[in-house]
Amino acid sequence: MKILVCISNVPDTTTKIKFTADGKQFDATGVQWIINPWDELALTRALELKEASNGLIDNVTVINVGPKETEITIRKGLAVGADNAVRIDANPTDAYAVAFELAKYIETHPYDLILVGIESSDYNGNAVGGMLAELLNIPNVSAVSGIELKDGKFEVVREIDGGKQILSLPTPLIAVVQKGIAKEPRIASMRGVMAARTKPFETVAAVGASPLTEYVHFELPQPKGKCKMIPADQLDELIHVLHQEIKAI
Amino acid sequence: MSVLIYIEHWDGKFKKSSYELVSYAYAMAKQMQTNVYGLVLGNAEASEIDKLAEYGLENVICLNHNAFQVLDNQLFTDVLAQVAEKVQANVFLFAHNNTGKALSSRLAARLKAGLISGVVALPDSISPFIIRKKLFTGKATAQVKANTEKVVLTLSQNAFGVFDNKVALNKISADIQVNEALAQTKLLDTQKFTAKVLLTDAEIVVSGGRGLKGPENWGVIEELADVLGAATACTRPVSDEGWRPHHEHVGQTGKIVAPMLYVACGISGAIQHVAGISSSKYIIAINKDAEAPIFEAADYGIVGDVMQVLPELTKKIKEVKK
Repeated sequence: MKILVCISNVPDTTTKIKFTADGKQFDATGVQWIINPWDELALTRALELKEASNGLIDNVTVINVGPKETEITIRKGLAVGADNAVRIDANPTDAYAVAFELAKYIETHPYDLILVGIESSDYNGNAVGGMLAELLNIPNVSAVSGIELKDGKFEVVREIDGGKQILSLPTPLIAVVQKGIAKEPRIASMRGVMAARTKPFETVAAVGASPLTEYVHFELPQPKGKCKMIPADQLDELIHVLHQEIKAI
Repeated sequence: MSVLIYIEHWDGKFKKSSYELVSYAYAMAKQMQTNVYGLVLGNAEASEIDKLAEYGLENVICLNHNAFQVLDNQLFTDVLAQVAEKVQANVFLFAHNNTGKALSSRLAARLKAGLISGVVALPDSISPFIIRKKLFTGKATAQVKANTEKVVLTLSQNAFGVFDNKVALNKISADIQVNEALAQTKLLDTQKFTAKVLLTDAEIVVSGGRGLKGPENWGVIEELADVLGAATACTRPVSDEGWRPHHEHVGQTGKIVAPMLYVACGISGAIQHVAGISSSKYIIAINKDAEAPIFEAADYGIVGDVMQVLPELTKKIKEVKK
């Protein structure tokens, strides 16, 4: 069996967000790029599944739709343990265009399990996994916080409002994963980083999908007013605020 | 031309997010001068369906089938696409929750419709279709344009509000093929969380960070939450350490919340945590470090030890509530 992990290249989550003066573009000056946090957890879980499968799962591939600069991020995926990597050479304009490029590749390179993070931490789209499943016409489960391989099928934990469901699904399957799927992302060892240099890395030409949406203007929120400090020994003042202004009590 | 909303229910009942979606659709239909149709799949209670008219829903299609008991994205998308065809929908609305995210993305790909998720306001323009959404987990907003005739939107929770717009409700029947063979999701078990108030529904959230020192001290958080009728939450290190379950983690990679009041206790205010709470109407922070960045995000702050401040605060609130 083979697992494909779709990874997105995003600004580090501590990045102070800035846009160009005309508000038309994200200002990437000085930005550190990382694997999207949910995709990183997905990769961790994929590697755990492979290791626990007694050879049944023999390959974990990472794939990204992005320009050449994203190779640094993709190689991090190889350094933590993915067997090989694929980059589809296109600018990731919108979720549909990304899903379309991925679908075209997967149609000729099938996988048993495809893992996709629930959203990207930059554009918060929540869309690629579901779109990819529809384009490939295969089942998908969203909000997955656990996954196990059992008797050739996947047992999946899906978070629902107020609880969780344990589900069984056949392959091929797209699992759209969230927090809980793995505990901590893996850190690449020096040996892993060295090994990543010689692992198979394929660059594929894009088919050229058209985006269905576009960002026309970006804005930063209005700065917040100053925090009003209340001395710890004057909690009656806070009670007054809770009662009169916030109306919480 | 019409607006179609997917109205989710939980064991037959609707929540505030469903009424918010109806209120939003009502306002949007006025702006677009078109009709709204609501779609309810599964066994929602009749009195609950009638309640949707209080918030402005004029047309509802209720479909029930055994196959609707478990969410299967392929089957539900197929049904949605058929209903969309019947009512000639060109705008599709979902709540920005797990179900809404799952169905909106599949439906958008099916219909080749532009998907804009997590919208926070009515459209700035209808033709071309331009609407605002949050990105970078609330650290920014953007105007997004759809280059398609059909659009699919998910509405951020608490972004619009719930409004009374009483109308008469037409119950419309629709002849839909339920292709059960599409449903490959088999339910093995359901486990409910035991929290008194769900984080996703809560008007008030009391949240703890590493300043609580350990899971054994969580009683002060729970007692304050109890007296306020609030949900409990935590920061990422707390859930990573296993002090609290991961579904309580609020922040960039956990849950994004937008309650009326967020009480941050012993939370330093990492940028990723603040991003997840920035849509809260009021933030109160209690932390013994006067320099903690959480005070930059908060409306009200107390410099003090949570283990001393929280029990005192709980006691005083109890006295007021008496």
